[in-house]
Amino acid sequence: MTVTNPYTPFLSKITEVIKHTEIEYTFRMAYQGDVLPGQFFEVSLPKFGEAPISVSGIGDGTVDLTIRKVGKVTNEIFENYVGDSLFLRGPYGNGFDIDNYKGKEILLVAGGTGLSPVKGIVDYFSAHPEDCQGFTLLVGFKSPKDVLFKKDFEKWEKNINVIMTVDTPEDGYCGKCGLVTQYIPEIPINHSDHAVGIVVGPPMMMKCTLTELFNVGFKEENIWISQERKMCCGIGKCGHCKIDDTYICLDGPVFNYTKGKFLKD
Amino acid sequence: MGYQTTLAKMNALFADLSKDYVIYAPKRFVGDGTFVNIDTIRYGEITDLAEIEFAEKSDYSFKEVLLPISETLFYFTENEMKEADAPKKGAIVFLRSCDLYGLKRLDTIYLENGAVDTYYKRLRDHTKFILMGCENSFENCFCVSMGTQKSNDYDAYIKVEGHTVLVDSHWDVLDTALTGEAQTIVIADSVTANETVVTIPETVPQTLFESPFWEDYGNRCIACGRCNFVCPTCTCFTMQDIFYTDNGKAGERRRVWASCHVDGYTDMAGGHAFRNDKGQRMRFKVLHKINDYKRRFGSHMCIGCGRCDDVCPEYISFANCINELNTLTKEEI
Ligand SMILES: Cc1cc2nc3c(=O)[nH]c(=O)nc-3n(C[C@H](O)[C@H](O)[C@H](O)COP(=O)(O)OP(=O)(O)OC[C@H]3O[C@@H](n4cnc5c(N)ncnc54)[C@H](O)[C@@H]3O)c2cc1C
Ligand code: SF4
Ligand code: SF4
Ligand code: FES
Repeated sequence: MTVTNPYTPFLSKITEVIKHTEIEYTFRMAYQGDVLPGQFFEVSLPKFGEAPISVSGIGDGTVDLTIRKVGKVTNEIFENYVGDSLFLRGPYGNGFDIDNYKGKEILLVAGGTGLSPVKGIVDYFSAHPEDCQGFTLLVGFKSPKDVLFKKDFEKWEKNINVIMTVDTPEDGYCGKCGLVTQYIPEIPINHSDHAVGIVVGPPMMMKCTLTELFNVGFKEENIWISQERKMCCGIGKCGHCKIDDTYICLDGPVFNYTKGKFLKD
Repeated sequence: MGYQTTLAKMNALFADLSKDYVIYAPKRFVGDGTFVNIDTIRYGEITDLAEIEFAEKSDYSFKEVLLPISETLFYFTENEMKEADAPKKGAIVFLRSCDLYGLKRLDTIYLENGAVDTYYKRLRDHTKFILMGCENSFENCFCVSMGTQKSNDYDAYIKVEGHTVLVDSHWDVLDTALTGEAQTIVIADSVTANETVVTIPETVPQTLFESPFWEDYGNRCIACGRCNFVCPTCTCFTMQDIFYTDNGKAGERRRVWASCHVDGYTDMAGGHAFRNDKGQRMRFKVLHKINDYKRRFGSHMCIGCGRCDDVCPEYISFANCINELNTLTKEEI
């Protein structure tokens, strides 16, 4: 048979495991090939199933997958596969095109694990701050216990403006509190009508953040979002991710807002 | 090439073909329907043309030949993954004109939308399609509205009239086997009108997404998904891994049919689900069939076979829905 089977996963070595919280680890996986922030892999575990997981970091011969332990596949990954290898297929989806943001003022707003698919963008601009006119990362977590990528924050803060907030603080926490939306008006953006916004998080958070961005003068065409939907194939076949005439797995998950706003479930 | 031959000759020919092909056709299963004294007509293997139900429309579609309800993709052992073997034989499928258009929809999703689906392709490449004509329109059919009442895109057309069989062959194997039979012009039966007529709105404005119109469906639909399962153009599936109870080290990955009407179809990380309301699921399905698919691929997905209306236990009519939607769209614009 000449056609390669798109459902066939390949084996990838786990080169490192970075533990963020009790239920969120980053698995650094051996991977050679092109990949963009915002793309995803189907992580495949024989006998347990598959789960789409975003690329949360791109290294030399590696990709990072930050996985939250929530169910059948992810539980099994945490319990039995640490230190060994995983089956992957992908990368899938369009991903973020860094060129769209170069030379601009950038505001990236992420909610919780929504930081994973956009972390590659933060990594890039914090390493190349000269490639943009300014970069603010505004990110919210549920509580101080839920904060991901703590080590990366220390690195990012040196080169870009980082605002991190938690919904509910606990004793001893002295950082910012409250929802991400309340910090948007305070962000130093000089020309919001030219600035680009990138918004990723749970549906409610995205909705409120977008409203707030429009309030401060952001233009629809300068905003990018990433959508999450149930996915069973990642390759335009199973139908679960379809909205209107759009397949999130093929045409997304990243959308310019002018297109994204028409995606009504 | 058109031929007139005998039933005996045709049966002998199919017996011969059955060495290389499994022959599938709609068959009547007496008393097997949902209610007492109701038969079902669904696809099964045949060895004699007499087994085929020509006079009525099949309740289920041909799609399960190319897209099995549950299909094993891989077998797993501790350290090996093995692609499931393809069936050894090809397939011959008897189907209606509307269904031939349904086949094109399956091809579009499985061969063109994203990567080529290996499992579909390997079955499709070895399947031959034989048209069964429609002398009369059946209940709920609206192929004429959809322009699917006539097709020449078949490997053969076969019409059985008592002991005589008329064949229009586009398949060299049949031509060879029928050499010497009386040649004649054979034109496939097709209908020119249906009792059900639908008018599809050019575009449905998004403002109608929130219309109270859908609430009625929300109240009636019981989310059984039967309308999806009988539809020759519904292509969705869910992945499933299983392991064998007597050997936990081995297992398999399957895909099984899925349905946008049933609970769980959109369940996502965080317990969030889209379209919890059944009316919104109806909206999603209807617009997929007569709006979205066309914007992406250039033709309507629905082929007008009316099986969804035949099967719905709540008497929800897709055809009525489209017509009412058309009226609402006109009011909106
Ligand atoms: C494009 C894309 C990118 C994604 N990227 C990531 C990523 O980078 N990291 C990541 O961890 N996940 C990511 N997800 C989500 C991830 O795919 C799902 O959480 C995963 O499929 C769960 O698989 P499972 O088999 O372990 O859980 P399942 O067994 O399928 O889930 C079990 C149950 O838990 C519920 N559940 C699932 N997630 C949560 C949750 N977060 N909190 C509470 N309940 C939950 C489900 O609704 C379900 O009822 C992404 C999804 C998509 C579509
Ligand atoms: S929809 Fe048309 S082609 Fe299909 S079974 Fe009915 S009458 Fe025949
Ligand atoms: S067959 Fe009828 S009740 Fe069942 S899911 Fe379809 S529309 Fe709803
Ligand atoms: S995930 Fe299967 S169609 Fe998009």
